[in-house]
Amino acid sequence: MILSWKTGGVLLGAVFFAAVLLVKPVGVSTQFVIFDGILWDAMDDTVVVENKDAKSGYASPNAYLNKSGGKYAKNVANPWNYSFVFVLAMMGGAAVSALMRGGVPAGERTMPPVWRANYGDAPWKRHLTAFGAGFIVLYGARLAGGCTSGHMMSGAMQTSLSAYIFMAGAFLAAIPLAIILYPKEA
Amino acid sequence: MTMIVLAIVVGAAFGFMLDRVGATNPGVIIGMLRLSNLHLMKTIMLAIGTASVLLFAGLMLGAVDPGHLSVKDAYWGVFVGGLLLGAGFAIAGYCPGTGLAAAATGRWDGLVFSLGGLAGAAAYMASYADVKATGLLDPLMGGKAALGTLGGTKYPAVFPGVPGEWLGLVLGIGFVIVAVALPDRLRGSAGQASGGSTD
Repeated sequence: MILSWKTGGVLLGAVFFAAVLLVKPVGVSTQFVIFDGILWDAMDDTVVVENKDAKSGYASPNAYLNKSGGKYAKNVANPWNYSFVFVLAMMGGAAVSALMRGGVPAGERTMPPVWRANYGDAPWKRHLTAFGAGFIVLYGARLAGGCTSGHMMSGAMQTSLSAYIFMAGAFLAAIPLAIILYPKEA
Repeated sequence: MTMIVLAIVVGAAFGFMLDRVGATNPGVIIGMLRLSNLHLMKTIMLAIGTASVLLFAGLMLGAVDPGHLSVKDAYWGVFVGGLLLGAGFAIAGYCPGTGLAAAATGRWDGLVFSLGGLAGAAAYMASYADVKATGLLDPLMGGKAALGTLGGTKYPAVFPGVPGEWLGLVLGIGFVIVAVALPDRLRGSAGQASGGSTD
């Protein structure tokens, strides 16, 4: 079952607060880069190398992994850190919640009703579109330096200027596009 | 070790709540973005407001370490990246966190979205040097800018004379007011089915 906006909002807000009280604000999208780096480094071990001269102690020939003194390179080499485990635990928490409410109904596991109402029930169409959308979402999130969690939720909570720039861009694109792409409600 | 335990506890609570507010359901997200089901928007606005009030009250009372704040850089790429993210968000009904969380609840389209995300993040890694050369990543307003001046931090302020903690408290209350004031829907009639099953 879905919580009322009042209960859900207060509890979700308590989680945002607990995160910054105990460690740091929530964020997710950087870990897509770390996971890519782990896969890449597994295929080619020159991708992340120890380097005593780097601020983090690690360096990479890739300019992105190497930025800020090799901060990302270090996390690729040592993924069992707060931010990476946080994302794995987030997936675990969502899975437990879904199990406790009886799981996602079988008919919704491939596409939501609003997709089916507008584009039919061929799974390949939904999957191809979801893959492409995932591509531009993460490309955009890395260009922006954060996603809905890091920029919008954590950023707005902290009165960051970047949060407002991000929200302006995200909603300027998302609202008109959702209205155009989904003329039928469900 | 403590950090790993905290990551598990806070991360699990975050994922659990994302699912409980309906954010792992792409039908709910699309309903929010097409303005026909604002339940999740009200929830998120209230969550940001609640967290902001607790955070800035905690900072003023000395209960929260200002060193835990993490204000991100402002630059034009944040706007352009926001546009791209917003487009994909509307198309799929997922963002990076909710795509992964949805995959974990058994949604195949969430898994496929997340795989597309890994490809997109890899493409950004590959193109980073070129993106940087465009100047899109050059800092605005001194970079990691907050709206007001935050004590105990070095973040530049957009409005330097304004005490950031009080501004944060006021904006937090503002988010709560927006959450309360938003209607359940702005488009379509209340009699129609909602934008997705909320079970």
